[in-house]
Amino acid sequence: MLKMKSVIAALGLSVLAATSWAADITGAGATFPYPMYAKWAEAYKAATGTGLNYQSIGSSGGLKQIRAKTVTFGASDAPVSGADLEKDSMVQFPAIIGGTVPVVNLDGFKPGELRISGPVLADIYMGTVTKWNDAKLAALNPGKKLPDQAITVVHRADGSGTTFNFTDYLSAVSKDWADKVGKGAAVKWPADSSVGGKGNEGVAANVNRVKGAVGYVEYAYVKKNNMNFLQLQNASGKYVSPDDLTFAAAAAGADWFSVPGMGVSMVNAKGNDSWPISTASFILMYKKPADKAASDEVLKFFDWAFKNGKKMASDLDYVPLPDALTQQIRTKVWSEIK
Amino acid sequence: MGSIEQASHAPDHNMLSVVKRQRIQDFFFHKITLSFSLLVLFALLGIIISLLINAWPALAKFGFQFIWRVEWDIVNDEFGAAIAIFGTLVSALIALVIAVPLSFGIALFLTETCPMYLRRPLGTAIELLAAVPSIIYGMFGLFIFAPLFAEYGQPALQSTLGKMPIIGGLFGGAMNGVGILAAGIVLAFMILPFIAAVMRDVFEIVPPILRESAYGLGCTTWEVVRSIVLPYTQKGVIGGVMLGLGRALGETMAVTFVIGNSQRLSASLFSPGTTIASTLANEFGEAADFHLSTLFALGFLLFVITFIVLSLAKIMLIRAEKAKGTKT
Repeated sequence: MLKMKSVIAALGLSVLAATSWAADITGAGATFPYPMYAKWAEAYKAATGTGLNYQSIGSSGGLKQIRAKTVTFGASDAPVSGADLEKDSMVQFPAIIGGTVPVVNLDGFKPGELRISGPVLADIYMGTVTKWNDAKLAALNPGKKLPDQAITVVHRADGSGTTFNFTDYLSAVSKDWADKVGKGAAVKWPADSSVGGKGNEGVAANVNRVKGAVGYVEYAYVKKNNMNFLQLQNASGKYVSPDDLTFAAAAAGADWFSVPGMGVSMVNAKGNDSWPISTASFILMYKKPADKAASDEVLKFFDWAFKNGKKMASDLDYVPLPDALTQQIRTKVWSEIK
Repeated sequence: MGSIEQASHAPDHNMLSVVKRQRIQDFFFHKITLSFSLLVLFALLGIIISLLINAWPALAKFGFQFIWRVEWDIVNDEFGAAIAIFGTLVSALIALVIAVPLSFGIALFLTETCPMYLRRPLGTAIELLAAVPSIIYGMFGLFIFAPLFAEYGQPALQSTLGKMPIIGGLFGGAMNGVGILAAGIVLAFMILPFIAAVMRDVFEIVPPILRESAYGLGCTTWEVVRSIVLPYTQKGVIGGVMLGLGRALGETMAVTFVIGNSQRLSASLFSPGTTIASTLANEFGEAADFHLSTLFALGFLLFVITFIVLSLAKIMLIRAEKAKGTKT
């Protein structure tokens, strides 16, 4: 009985702590950076005693929550437009960088052995290139014996930032894709052979299962499952493999303050070493927050994470922002939060 | 006389107060349980109303066309429910076609020919199968069933049924394991225990005297089943099938894993499709504005479809009980 009472008391206390004292930072949104934020939060709690309550409910859910002011910061994989930021009187800054990688299931090829260009990748997803020994693929891979196998296209069934990133890239490299399909967290996949998997793990499972499949997943899944990825031709015409260096090169090549709200699309970034399907995940906050103290806590958290969280980011196969960029975020963006 | 009246007066008063107290108790008991039941009704109404309110922008834009439009283009805000409705109905139908004969056989074995010592363990096993969470069926479907199905099942089907006229087209196309047929088969395994359990229960209500008379007349087991058990339990059996159908229509996770999640209509059962429930599960997280409204509209349609199926089942079960005596 006593035990029961103490449990109830503890529950009651924790509920109170979460609401009225607001010791924890609250945020909601994108699922893509969630493992990173959770890791940072754990270390930050150990260092400072302040916890983070982050709900990874998806980017559009995060936008809804921050607009309803139920959380102190929102997180979105796709940047919010400058006009919308202005309307809501919010600021936006990138917090972490990652990449999307095309993966295949083809016997007899090592990871990264096969090469592909953006337009041909778009053709495959469009459904116009349907066999692995298509002349277009053969031209990109001279000397390789490509099998006479049908291509099964695998995509995300759920709406996701990864799909936004991927379709953003296909739209950038193929006019046909931009006109007929476009970009979004979920799109109408045109290829007849396309199969949808739920989440990165669903896409990875389908690609690993179906011979001749091609899919796209976050970089971390490629590493974890040792998947067979494709080398991709970037904007400079060089073939690159996905890793933290090529993601960082793409980030370095981006002109962050050329677009209001730092909403730069990093796809098809310039630079010899840039991975062409890189993306940043963004944080949204109010310029004039209702609860200034809570808002300051969020900034303190990201300030700490930018300084101390780089190793953790690399461990989880994300790419931390370069120091020069975080310094600019501090002076140009955070200074707007009054 | 007077003395008797006086003598009985005191206990009478006592009894009256007891009756009064009991009446008050009954009154409150009645009202409280009534309010509990009304709560369910309000929750149901609340769900319908909130679904309708949220679905309104989509319903207002597309009207009844929404039901038969073959389109699902999130980027351009063009939506129709036909693909999802088709997938929902076809996968549920496949599940029924497979699960009903199987459950029928299971229920018959359990009630007619099963040795007594096996009845309880087998019956419990079926009930346990019903308790397995649907996501387990989904994982089983995607990681174990689908590869085997692609390797052996689909080629076998394509080289036999696929060669036939008319229905051959149903088994054409790429064989990658996932698709509407795979979803139907996994669903069949999910709903099988429900249908089998209901069938077993209704078969058991057949009065032993009828059964034994028939056996006494020299009937075989099959003749007893066909002429005595089935006519007696007909409506209960249909009710059980309808319950299974209701579950198949609304199943989400297991279907999402194996149906391929593709917004496309295709003549082949091998090709990927989608259902209402799996579309909702996939897209709700990242849906906004108008897209979100269409998902609510889809949810409302599923609600209507399931409501029709379940009310039919209820009506049939009630009729079966009315017609066949008092055993419940």
